[in-house]
Amino acid sequence: MAEVQYSWPENHKTRLLGKRVNRLDGMVKSAGTAKYTYDINLPNQLIVHALGCPHAHCRVLSVDTSAAEKVPGVVLVKHIKAPKAGEDPVEIEADGTLLVAVAAESEAAAAEGVAKLKVEYELLEPFTADDDLEAAEAKDRTRPRGGGISLDEALGEPGDDEDIEEWEEKQIEKLFADADYVVEGDYGIDAITHCCLEPHGTTLHWEGDRLKAHLSTQNVSGTDDGFAGALNLTADDVDVHCDYIGGGFGSKFQPNYWGIAAAEIAKATGRPVKFMLNREQELKVAGNRPSGFVHVKLGADESGVVQIWDSHHWGTSGFNGSTVSVNSVPYVFVPKNYRRKATGIATNNEPSVAWRAPNHPQACALTQTAYDDLAAKMQADSLDIFLRNLENIDSPEKAPLYAEQLRIAADLINWQRHWHPHGKSPRKGSVVEGLGIAIHTWGGAANDSDCRLRIHPDGGVESYCGTQDLGTGTRTVCAMVLAETLGLPVEAVKVNIGSSTFPFSGASGGSTTVGAVSESHRRAAQDALAQIFELVAKKLEVPADQLEAAGGKISVVGYSDKELTWKQACSLIGIKPLEVNSSYKRQQQGRTTNLSSSNVGGCQMAHVAVDTDTGLVKIKRMVAVQNVGLIINRKTAESQVYGALIMSIAGALFEHRINDPKTGVFVNSQMDSYRLPRLGDIGELIVHLHEPESERARGVIGLGEPPVISGCAAISNAVCNATGVRVPTLPFTPKRVLDAMRTAKG
Amino acid sequence: MSQSTSKGFSRREFLRGSSAAAAASSVASTAIGQDTAVAPQVVTGETSITLKINGESKTAKVEPRTTLLDMLRYQFDLTAAKPVSADGSSGASTVLVDGRPVMASSTLALSVAGKEITTCESLVDDEVPRAFVEHDAQQCGFCTPGFVVAVRAFLNQHPDATEEQILAGLNGNICRCGTYANVLQAVVSLVKGEQNG
Repeated sequence: MAEVQYSWPENHKTRLLGKRVNRLDGMVKSAGTAKYTYDINLPNQLIVHALGCPHAHCRVLSVDTSAAEKVPGVVLVKHIKAPKAGEDPVEIEADGTLLVAVAAESEAAAAEGVAKLKVEYELLEPFTADDDLEAAEAKDRTRPRGGGISLDEALGEPGDDEDIEEWEEKQIEKLFADADYVVEGDYGIDAITHCCLEPHGTTLHWEGDRLKAHLSTQNVSGTDDGFAGALNLTADDVDVHCDYIGGGFGSKFQPNYWGIAAAEIAKATGRPVKFMLNREQELKVAGNRPSGFVHVKLGADESGVVQIWDSHHWGTSGFNGSTVSVNSVPYVFVPKNYRRKATGIATNNEPSVAWRAPNHPQACALTQTAYDDLAAKMQADSLDIFLRNLENIDSPEKAPLYAEQLRIAADLINWQRHWHPHGKSPRKGSVVEGLGIAIHTWGGAANDSDCRLRIHPDGGVESYCGTQDLGTGTRTVCAMVLAETLGLPVEAVKVNIGSSTFPFSGASGGSTTVGAVSESHRRAAQDALAQIFELVAKKLEVPADQLEAAGGKISVVGYSDKELTWKQACSLIGIKPLEVNSSYKRQQQGRTTNLSSSNVGGCQMAHVAVDTDTGLVKIKRMVAVQNVGLIINRKTAESQVYGALIMSIAGALFEHRINDPKTGVFVNSQMDSYRLPRLGDIGELIVHLHEPESERARGVIGLGEPPVISGCAAISNAVCNATGVRVPTLPFTPKRVLDAMRTAKG
Repeated sequence: MSQSTSKGFSRREFLRGSSAAAAASSVASTAIGQDTAVAPQVVTGETSITLKINGESKTAKVEPRTTLLDMLRYQFDLTAAKPVSADGSSGASTVLVDGRPVMASSTLALSVAGKEITTCESLVDDEVPRAFVEHDAQQCGFCTPGFVVAVRAFLNQHPDATEEQILAGLNGNICRCGTYANVLQAVVSLVKGEQNG
């Protein structure tokens, strides 16, 4: 049998790929019968609640659990981060840290138990002023996070007797002196939290020495060893299961310490356990995105092309004291000459975890705002300035792609009609309007993925893959790829995902899942089909390479009378099912195959209205133009981009972590105070999937992260265009907008 | 298909409703039905209540502190209503009580004794979830059942809602994945009476 060449059908020959297919699990989600980890009720289960540390920085000296243990319904009290009797005090560096867990017969009894815990704290000085570099230095909270200088070769090199640093400093000074325009500014974006609607947690039980865990995770295949390592087991002793996950966004890759505690409580009590974080704990300890603040000076030539960039950025990733990666600033635009430096600030917050497109949204908001201020200073059209600066970007080959996208987006937002110089908006009462742009980049290469495909002699098709559906529509993607390949309707294949007992598939992070499962499922289906073609070829006495699978039949191309139904073809398999195992590994097959690749670009534009009396910013329209490679399911692909736009609106106008300046406590850790946009806040959203044939030919590329990147910067730029004032720090609450306008008036 | 009648909400009804609730919470250790006219008194410990859930008569054992949400999720394994925010500010625990939307997370079980509860699970054949599927108004799906019930209740009151009314009337539910644009399309299609699915 000839070796199978893995590839996608040509565009005009696809029946399902690129079409709009309803997600297969849509009805169970919409009718509420989908069972999430929180919804799994195991017989005789205990409910666990935990006490979160109420202080941002303290020492826990002791815990008196006696009153909690006496609460009717409380079964077990377990120390998590708090010291046991006789142990040394424990320093806590973030509020919300789980100190003691209470396992009880009901939610209410567990909550009462937690309320009865008596803890002795020694308060320590907190620090949470992540935007205040001077204060951080004074309190020894800064941590160097790298930096460097890159100068154009045309500037020559220092002489043998010259000091390199002095020479570089001189060159930078000269570049600024020669610049036609110099912009100096401060920009920032606050920390946000993942705020998954299903909080982190697990419902689990032991079967003898084997742990069976329902875990709210975006890493089904990789969390069994997470449990095993912490519990002194091997991964084969742990089964992780997750049919549905209520949000992850990069924060649900691990069992986490509360998951391990749940397993230990279940072991100690011999009962199943449900341990889900409460809302406050979910926001405080289960995931946040680092903040970023920058002071930047840039110099541009007379046409507005930036020739020198000089920045120092800082921010916090929590008490581990990191910040936005130094290498990501400046973002997309990389002038020929730049100097950059990053400083982490150790604050009393839980360390950050990955958030959709790590580093990119902040880097974009710290960079492309300054580029827009250049346009403001020149009173030039931002669109022209962005287009001209495409001559210096990180992937020069993408410049024509960006230029094309910017033109498409400009049409969709009616740029020509609505644009005006910064601050020159016509006024309707107290309301001004403006437009803003930003561009972004992302990798999105497929993750490793294996698939087991079984085709039964009666025609039944089932697949097994240890991937998960983060909301992307993974099940539907798997089914569409199999059905397309085998010539069957989507409903004819049974897709099984969500268990660590299935073949390995990588974590859903970095926009790697659709590429991953497309690789593994296409490979498996093509391999299986090749074997079935061999059988059919013999039966019909034709060469196997003359066969095609479509419309539930295997037929000879060009001969409508020579065909077998799918069922007839499968009956040739024999008594046992045909089983194929496929494997895609990045390391072996490479990041670029016939089926998938990486590296996309996109741009977003915002049209906003700002009420200068109240400081309220409203989105009138947002446009996303996104390069995507080959689309599997157009319906869910568009949903990803709509969602990403709404997340950008959230980060630009609503959500941020607020720490009380005196106590350091994260004060807005509930759904009413951690503000997120609601249905009436989003304006008109336009999604354009940019898919010229040259891009489609590159195969599948991840789509989750890229459209979530540039929206915040675009909104910031639009507000500046409307008001003529740069509001320095996102999100733009009404107060911040009013403060910036007052400062500008002087 | 409408799941409930679209009655107005008058102050008189509200008062009547709350007095029934107060009466209901006044009887300890006995079965609580509806409209038992007994003076309010403190209730402690477990109590039996009867109510209707998705058309079926049920008996539940609840404490005064037991929320409607916990009762549904733990005693009846009806988990469509989700625990996202105890104060109801996310809308994820929306269910209908006598046809009106309430947040099950901030409603005490005792207060719904004798009433009729409709959860999202019973809307499986309704046009609202079908429209949500057709317009892909769901990603992770955790907020979706609450949204579906809220939309059902909203459309019962405003079957001919304008887009402006929709934008103003469905702000009680939070979606973290960002499905609002799709939800809006779904609701608009329902008002227009387009076939969904």
